[in-house]
Amino acid sequence: MAVWTLAEQAGGRLKRVSYELLTWGRHLADGLEASGRPAELCAIALGARLREEDLEELTERGADRVCVAESPGLDPFLVEAHAGVLEMLVRWGRPEIIIAAATTAGRTLMPYLAVRLETGLTADCTRLEIDPDTGHLVQIRPAAGGKVLATIMTADHRPQMATVRPHAAQPPPRRPAAPALGACITRVDVPDGLAESPVEWLALRAEQAAGAAVQDAERVVAGGRGLKRAEGFGVVRNLARALEAAVGASREAVDRGWIGYPHQVGLSGKTVTPRLYVAVGISGAIQHLAGMQTADVIVAVNEDADAQIFQVADLGVVGDLFEVVPALVEEVERRRAAREGDG
Amino acid sequence: MHVIVCIKQVPETSNVRMDPQTGTIVREGVESIVNPFDLHALELALRLKEQRGGRVTAISMGPRAAETAIREALSMGCDDGLLLSDRAFAGSDTWATSRVLSAAVRKLAPFDLVLAGVRATDGETGQVGPGVASLLALPLATYVSSVLELTDGFVTVERLIEEGYESLRLPLPCLLTAGKEVGFPRLPTLRGKQRARRQEVVHRGPTDIEVDAARVGLAGSPTRVTAIERPTLTRTGRIVDAARIGAGRAAAELADFLQEHHLL
Ligand SMILES: Cc1cc2nc3c(=O)[nH]c(=O)nc-3n(C[C@H](O)[C@H](O)[C@H](O)COP(=O)(O)OP(=O)(O)OC[C@H]3O[C@@H](n4cnc5c(N)ncnc54)[C@H](O)[C@@H]3O)c2cc1C
Repeated sequence: MAVWTLAEQAGGRLKRVSYELLTWGRHLADGLEASGRPAELCAIALGARLREEDLEELTERGADRVCVAESPGLDPFLVEAHAGVLEMLVRWGRPEIIIAAATTAGRTLMPYLAVRLETGLTADCTRLEIDPDTGHLVQIRPAAGGKVLATIMTADHRPQMATVRPHAAQPPPRRPAAPALGACITRVDVPDGLAESPVEWLALRAEQAAGAAVQDAERVVAGGRGLKRAEGFGVVRNLARALEAAVGASREAVDRGWIGYPHQVGLSGKTVTPRLYVAVGISGAIQHLAGMQTADVIVAVNEDADAQIFQVADLGVVGDLFEVVPALVEEVERRRAAREGDG
Repeated sequence: MHVIVCIKQVPETSNVRMDPQTGTIVREGVESIVNPFDLHALELALRLKEQRGGRVTAISMGPRAAETAIREALSMGCDDGLLLSDRAFAGSDTWATSRVLSAAVRKLAPFDLVLAGVRATDGETGQVGPGVASLLALPLATYVSSVLELTDGFVTVERLIEEGYESLRLPLPCLLTAGKEVGFPRLPTLRGKQRARRQEVVHRGPTDIEVDAARVGLAGSPTRVTAIERPTLTRTGRIVDAARIGAGRAAAELADFLQEHHLL
């Protein structure tokens, strides 16, 4: 039995999410094992010429096998070419589960492939488990605008397919000395004409999305409607600077034009998993929580003691943000100066 | 030119309410709208028609009440409307929906372009557009932000991906899923509304489009929703009351906390 993860690449380099998927995949392989169904974790990597070190890193981060198919038609990504090769691989390898990232590529490829394979697909899962009795994949995702969590099963069709959001998990630790026992990199020949698309790729006009800064940040300070007006964001920016954090926002703040959409955190914005998330003047609507709940440490400042954000906070400060946050900025800078004075 | 636009009727999500007792969605009194992304797809179709001539057909799968969505598309300027409505279709997941829509599109041939919104605001999956393209073996571009050129037999588009804007050239017929950037949806005109009211909306069931009723709807859907739960919030953190101890002391406690967690 096998759990497959679909690595993503750009110009031969694997993207971070390729490693994150191994965290999800390992969890499922372990779940299958625990239910008496030993499973192999296999990372699938399609591209034109993939960097050898990156493929090895997949094994160092826990893949039992890396299956590599290379062809000029596989970079840049065109869905028809990728689906053609993947369909062949699936019919040959018959995986139990395929998981991919909910990126623009993953969200195009997975549905395209799922209908070909006549199987089900669940998008944007926030949790994946294995049912200990049946061994089926239990897929949990927000539904009804995030108001509820739906559990979705693909009981009678294989493979079971799901996408998960980038940054919703950390990559597994890298163990360069000890790759997964007996892990191997398998190369598959791509038959002529399979990695082809009727679509012609023309060009990329690169534009670094401002949101990447929020997603990649170790710390995020986010502001909401409690900031009252655009200038109020200065309070959040000052704290972000003091903590060397990126600036995030609730949808209310974005809709009011106080800050750009790339900064939005939540169900219809970015998912972030920083070490620290500070929510300032954010009530903690379930749609917002959907994007930041997995942060290691959550701090909230809100004047309403009953605000829902306090239910997910590790430390909550009830008070006026316009007093508490500037005081915190001062405190942080004072302590930092003192420490530098010592050293 | 013949452009087919797949649209969906969705609940106005900004006021979806939950029954606190049962944890289910309250459907009564919730207004239905055309999925906002589909309005952008309709706008794109109508602009292409203005440039190139031809006609635009709006199709939707849904309950009889989804006829309202088709009429809205007609009042914006679409030429024809088709509603795929039948008991057999009820409960379709994205796979079964793709099957129904692709069968209907096939019946509407010849066509040059099939458009859909990038995703629906209720399910938020974005799976139906790619699914239809796959079943019909149509070249596909998702997340389209603009159509740069439409010439004999080809369309050049830009799509918005993580790294920026990517341009692709697709042979016709093909399928595009449209994002918000393709154009701001026009409002129906008074004349459009009057015309739409008089116009017939064609209803079609499984036999009309030649799909096996057992392979669509709930019965034909590989995925099943097996449980619905209200999210439970997990952390039980410490609370500091700044109103009582003052902002300065609260800030000091905050800084202590950050230091304990090696975040300072
Ligand atoms: C389909 C759908 C998708 C959505 N997607 C997202 C999403 O991706 N991200 C998102 O954030 N939201 C999303 N929402 C919206 C969400 O439901 C909430 O409306 C939104 O998160 C609220 O933002 P807020 O907390 O800033 O504002 P509010 O809920 O108005 O909260 C403001 C808070 O500030 C506090 N406050 C006010 N003044 C002060 C002060 N002086 N000092 C301290 N505290 C103060 C108040 O007590 C209050 O708790 C979505 C909604 C739907 C229906």
